[in-house]
Amino acid sequence: MSDKVTNILLVGVGGQGILLASEILSETFMLAGYDVKKSEIHGMSQRGGSVVSHVRFGSKVYSPIVPEGEGDILFGFEILESYRSLPLLRPGATVVVNDLCIPPPAVLNGQQEYPAGLPEKIAARFPDFLLIDGQKLAADAGNARAANTVLLGAISNRLQIEEKYWQEALERMVPKKALAVNLAAFALGRSL
Amino acid sequence: MKETLSGNEAIARGAYEAGVKVASAYPGTPSTEILENIVRYPEINASWAPNEKVALEVGIGASFGGGRAIVAMKHVGVNVAADPLFTLSYTGVKGGLLLITADDPELHSSQNEQDNRHYARFAKVPMLEPSDSQECLDFTKLAFEISERYDTPVMLRTTTRISHGKSVVETSAPVTDLPQPHLMRDPAKYVMLPGNARKRHFVVEQRMSDLAKDAATLPVNRIEMRDASMGIITSGVSYHYVREVLPEASVLKLGLVHPLPLDLIREFAGKVETLYVVEELDPFIEEQVKALGIAVKGKELLSLCGELTPGRLRQGFGLPAAQQMAAEDLPGRPPNMCPGCPHRGVFYTLNRMKAYVSGDIGCYTLGFMPPLSAMDTCVCMGASIGMASGVVKVIPEEERSKVVAVIGDSTFLHTGVNGLMDMVYNKAASTVIILDNRITAMTGRQENPASGHTLMDDPTFSVDLHMLCKAVGVQHVRTMNPLDLAECEKVITEEMARPEVSVIITNKPCVLIKREGVFKKGPCYVVDPLSCTGCRACLKIGCPAIQWLPGEGKKGIAHIDALLCTGCDVCRQLCKFSAIGEANER
Repeated sequence: MSDKVTNILLVGVGGQGILLASEILSETFMLAGYDVKKSEIHGMSQRGGSVVSHVRFGSKVYSPIVPEGEGDILFGFEILESYRSLPLLRPGATVVVNDLCIPPPAVLNGQQEYPAGLPEKIAARFPDFLLIDGQKLAADAGNARAANTVLLGAISNRLQIEEKYWQEALERMVPKKALAVNLAAFALGRSL
Repeated sequence: MKETLSGNEAIARGAYEAGVKVASAYPGTPSTEILENIVRYPEINASWAPNEKVALEVGIGASFGGGRAIVAMKHVGVNVAADPLFTLSYTGVKGGLLLITADDPELHSSQNEQDNRHYARFAKVPMLEPSDSQECLDFTKLAFEISERYDTPVMLRTTTRISHGKSVVETSAPVTDLPQPHLMRDPAKYVMLPGNARKRHFVVEQRMSDLAKDAATLPVNRIEMRDASMGIITSGVSYHYVREVLPEASVLKLGLVHPLPLDLIREFAGKVETLYVVEELDPFIEEQVKALGIAVKGKELLSLCGELTPGRLRQGFGLPAAQQMAAEDLPGRPPNMCPGCPHRGVFYTLNRMKAYVSGDIGCYTLGFMPPLSAMDTCVCMGASIGMASGVVKVIPEEERSKVVAVIGDSTFLHTGVNGLMDMVYNKAASTVIILDNRITAMTGRQENPASGHTLMDDPTFSVDLHMLCKAVGVQHVRTMNPLDLAECEKVITEEMARPEVSVIITNKPCVLIKREGVFKKGPCYVVDPLSCTGCRACLKIGCPAIQWLPGEGKKGIAHIDALLCTGCDVCRQLCKFSAIGEANER
């Protein structure tokens, strides 16, 4: 087990299942025998705001938040929020992003435009970049709402954790009736 | 067993393991989940109180009856509970009593950034400060031991990072050997008339002095000697930032932040070359160390404002920062009312009428945000009505009819009803709108005395807000459908013109209420692209379901997201060209 702490950031919009995804991640790392800390901010409004969740694992984790500029992996549920969070990453970080635009209020009402070409700009800065059509893959697995699990599968490829721990975490954290779909969604993501 | 638990979950678990009998709270971010998780332990009688003062009073009663009690609130909630707290310090307890204050450095969802360590000192009660979830559990149990050993209420302070952060926790079995609660009389201790209280003040001072001496031997206060050139006194989450950023430094880690273990501080200061205090917000520890005559660096390196982070600590200590790309100017994503939120029509109307809106704390505070932009003040829970009374006392008569107070159902029952009593009693003519969405929405849909259900989800009596307002003496109480813009305008106009106190109660529920039959989603609406003239009138309500497509039509057209639309009908009423209608009619 390496002493180095791995820093993962999950970002997106309130209501996208980011908190559940970060819980599944934390659970997986704990099951695999690591020390884990997770931190996120919610409150203010129930839906629609930016959400950032920090998950850190290693043999011993101190700070519950990822030190600025030291993020190893960005796990983006929405393109603009992914781009907004890039300053938290170290150079050479891994970026996995769901190909989805959720326009913020100023874009909805026509005051501002949703910035164009963000995936290309992310790829230019972070060569280890993967853009995933999470909604489509989740629909293929049986439910478009399981996009967060597709992304988890894609992230799982980039972490040296045995598959059985992912399975066990999913079984523990996902409601029983949604488990089959989520396991399928995870497998699709993991195959990317 | 090992689990990953949030600080709030761990406190709930700690309460269970400590054999707590009663838990009471008013919801407030970041404290809310403590009670929501205590519900998992049916051994504990857990309930939402109408406000924090009542929550603490329920806890005090349980304690005086001999049972252990836990009371939870956010930092500003302690302001509300401060009245009983300061005298509870004099009476002491019977069963252990723990008051949680969940502070919010960085104001992630609060109206101020107050540092409630000062309350421990001011009210003369001991305070513990955990630094992760394991300590949340352990310190909760320790708090009950301290509370009973020293006959004192104990405060436990968390911060948002601790409350909502998760880390690995080892749980154990609950205690089983606690005495059975029963009525016990001891008026000299529990009746705080001056004659009794004068004597109790000496007890309080003796207790704090004893605790300060014993604090040096409490294992939650510990010296970790590493490199002696740099010594850091710290507590709470700051301890982990210190370990992250300055791993070689020696540390005095404080679990008890009031009273401070002065002997331990002297001992530590004598062992290190340069002494620092690393703490969020106020120089609470630093000033007390300085008062000992010990040279220490603290707030000259770190800000008095905001949350500490590893980066801010690095910067304060002059360490090189990680190479970071610059942030760009991107469209922001501020909080917004949900699609179909029943508050939207009211704020749209208030904005049109150019009302001076005395606001309050809840989802509806978002009525401040553009394009609704209809809130002029917001100070604390329940303040909207009292402040409306005050403002009409000073402004010219022709401006008085412009003043409207808005307040939610839960906030009204929290501390708003007192303001309404004052408004009627002292004849401050103003209009009050109770935005009754049948739930405490902002903190995540908690029940309240008007919602008809308890925290344990048992059906219960529901406060009749209409009759309550009548009973307080309001002569004019009306109900209004907040989704009907014509009705909103008519009712609000009539009541604002009335030179007397009047109350308008809205009658549509929060769209997020899941209980069967409360919120009913309507048919989804669509924009007919051929009828849409691009006038943008529908954008003025700021509904997240309505999107502007600038490239379509002559001037651009609106589009409604079928997944988000709840069919509230407000946008249809705004469209003068009948371009918006139910999907199945098109």
